[in-house]
Amino acid sequence: MALFSVFDIAGSALGAQSIRLNTTASNMANANSASSSTDTLYRARHPVFSQVMDDFNFDGATGGSVRVDGVIESDAPARTIYKPGHPLADDDGNIFLPNVNTVEEMANMISASRSYQTNVEVMDAAKQMLQRTLTLGQR
Amino acid sequence: MPSLDQALGIHPQALMLRARRAELLATNLANADTPNYRARDIDFRKILAGHNSTTKIDSTRDGHFNSQSKGMFDAELMYRMPDQPSLDQNTVDVAAERARFLDNSLRYQASLRFLDGRFSGIKSALRGE
Repeated sequence: MALFSVFDIAGSALGAQSIRLNTTASNMANANSASSSTDTLYRARHPVFSQVMDDFNFDGATGGSVRVDGVIESDAPARTIYKPGHPLADDDGNIFLPNVNTVEEMANMISASRSYQTNVEVMDAAKQMLQRTLTLGQR
Repeated sequence: MPSLDQALGIHPQALMLRARRAELLATNLANADTPNYRARDIDFRKILAGHNSTTKIDSTRDGHFNSQSKGMFDAELMYRMPDQPSLDQNTVDVAAERARFLDNSLRYQASLRFLDGRFSGIKSALRGE
């Protein structure tokens, strides 16, 4: 029954979007975690989504859910700030701040939560459709 | 004697197709943020018309395609033409897909109503009141 797989598909999207929301939260929380070297510095993290081709469907042609292939760390250069008085400053008086772009992260957060909502609504619609189907012919 | 299938008409098939389309649209919505994902859909009218057609091509040899054997679930999936392609090659337009999903689920419920009507018709015929 195709309608039941809607729950799997929308459910996978809920999981993927909440991972995206998690990485955004982590990036925002660590946006100002200073470090004395770029090796120990926090780097912005982003999930990579990909589609799962589901072979278990009865016709094999419909696809599927979404999954998180992995979380990559951004290669963008770290922010360097000259602050000789800072306890973490290196020999040149510089501290390093993560390469987190807070504006980008805010946009990411809104996009993720909207996508999450959309998929919740899809599940809700599928539930209503199934409930109506269960009462078929009872009138 | 007419079978129950005939009494129900096209509605059970329409219902199945609607359910499958709901799955496809849910896939599109779930992959709205997946890079390189291309939105897909089925042509409902075409499939239903193919299901209703009575034309048949003679198959004179084994292995010939039988025009009747193409079930409605072998429906070819088509790729959506994006209005505005995005940089990551994703062609899902979330607003449009949501509208289609809503439309599809309403039509699904309409088919359910029709089936309900057929069933209550059969019931009252059986009671013979």
